[in-house]
Amino acid sequence: MENKKFKLVDIIFETEGCDVGVVLDRVLKRTPDDIIMDMIDSGLRGRGGAGFPTGLKWKFTRSESAYDKYIICNADEGEPGTFKDREILEKVPMKVFTGMAIAGYAIDAKEGFIYIRGEYRFLQKKLQSQIDEFNQMLENKGLDFKIALRWGSGAYICGEESALFESMEGKRGEPRNKPPYPTVAGFRNKPTVINNVETLVYATMINKYGADKFKELGTRDSRGSKVFSVSGDTPKAGIYELEMGLQVSEFVKEFGDGDTKAVQIGGAGGTCVPRKKFEDMIIGYEGVPTGGSMMIFNSSRSMYNVLHDYLEFFAEESCGQCTPCRVGCQQLLKGIEAVKRGERPPSYLDDLKSLAASMKIASKCGLGQSVANPFSTIIDNFREEVIY
Amino acid sequence: MTDVKELIQAKVKCIGAKREALMPILQAIVEEKNYLNEEDMIQVAEALDLSTADVYGTATFYTFLDTVPRGKYVIRVCKTISCHMAGKDEIVDTLKDLLKVDLGETTPDKNFTLMQANCMGWCHKGPVMLVNDDIYTELTKDKVIKIIHDYMGS
Repeated sequence: MENKKFKLVDIIFETEGCDVGVVLDRVLKRTPDDIIMDMIDSGLRGRGGAGFPTGLKWKFTRSESAYDKYIICNADEGEPGTFKDREILEKVPMKVFTGMAIAGYAIDAKEGFIYIRGEYRFLQKKLQSQIDEFNQMLENKGLDFKIALRWGSGAYICGEESALFESMEGKRGEPRNKPPYPTVAGFRNKPTVINNVETLVYATMINKYGADKFKELGTRDSRGSKVFSVSGDTPKAGIYELEMGLQVSEFVKEFGDGDTKAVQIGGAGGTCVPRKKFEDMIIGYEGVPTGGSMMIFNSSRSMYNVLHDYLEFFAEESCGQCTPCRVGCQQLLKGIEAVKRGERPPSYLDDLKSLAASMKIASKCGLGQSVANPFSTIIDNFREEVIY
Repeated sequence: MTDVKELIQAKVKCIGAKREALMPILQAIVEEKNYLNEEDMIQVAEALDLSTADVYGTATFYTFLDTVPRGKYVIRVCKTISCHMAGKDEIVDTLKDLLKVDLGETTPDKNFTLMQANCMGWCHKGPVMLVNDDIYTELTKDKVIKIIHDYMGS
């Protein structure tokens, strides 16, 4: 497998010489089809974590014939260990808005919304005035596109795209059945492009520099760079933009405190990589994918406590709509507690693993489906810590 | 205090008297009153032509849309793993001592409600807490005491 060395990149937060007005002017001189071809060619995949090719998402939505279409920026960043989207919106908001406007031009949408989590309410005044300024700029350029803000209210599940639409429509944030996918029936049941904050900034930058510069970075399956949120047992907690395809061992060498036992890649719903596998794993779609959350644990940490925290999180944040997830999350939590207290034999962990595997198949959305990731990787690699 | 009717009308004016206005309206009421009481939810239901059960059902889905009385300042300490590892337990204990309340309770003077919440997106600067909309990061015992005293004085 192709892997990359540690390399800091400065595309997302680069502000020098980045006049979004100039980028937009260049975009408006080209056809929407050309813009979409470029996005497909760049290999950009969604930076929220799921990694769907952005260009294809735009292409599918463009090919829908509905009169009303929407662009939604998903800023409901709630995955434990992720804080990059807030930083991006605070530091380079105009580049996010520009990505939305480019998407709007490409698929022929007139309205865009930013759905942002309630925990970031302190950003409201500044963000609203920046949006007003941007909308005014679009009007001056004659582009028929407007951006509005919508707020979440403390529900993790609303970061799931169809739950987010429900919430924006004034309902409980319960995920919908798929298909239909958002490109066909999203917000207000109209074709919708929903992209993560970071993805939209890359869309802007690909239109500034061209697809080739983006493609130079990363590996065949994971093109470009990505913003990582690094936290836990590290002397260098913070936000870093790195080339994709980095080996976990390289990451640990750079960010670990010398005593790293495990790295949780992809947040609570992600994968736990233990020390013995640092050399075999690559951070990217061909290895361990992530929306950017990188939590580092050193040998002083109990992995039982880590798993317990994650399960408590999922049990609270499960929307409760489908049984596998609602009941499954609670039972996994109760199950590991029972094993820890010695009320159940260690072999009960294997029963719990098969419950997690069922949740992966039977749950309606990504929340219930992803609980098996941390569960099985922590149980498999740190079984003793969970039992004793 | 702004009248709830006015709050509803302001949102209806920019979004329309439709269900899509529900969240922004409920958020505006909570911002003003810290929670949603029954009368207010009934008013919202009438304005948007929804059943009151529907309004209540939606509100109770969201952690920040409280339907029981809360203090003037709602404190939410992040309890998710990074903040946990950074020492949120000491922060919670400090707050309990200081305010003489347990988690989920409101002080008798109705000034503070103490709660925990899931990840708030500041994992590199834990422990953190929200006091209403304001975020406080890299908390220590002393820092928390000072912050709360400032709120008590205001």
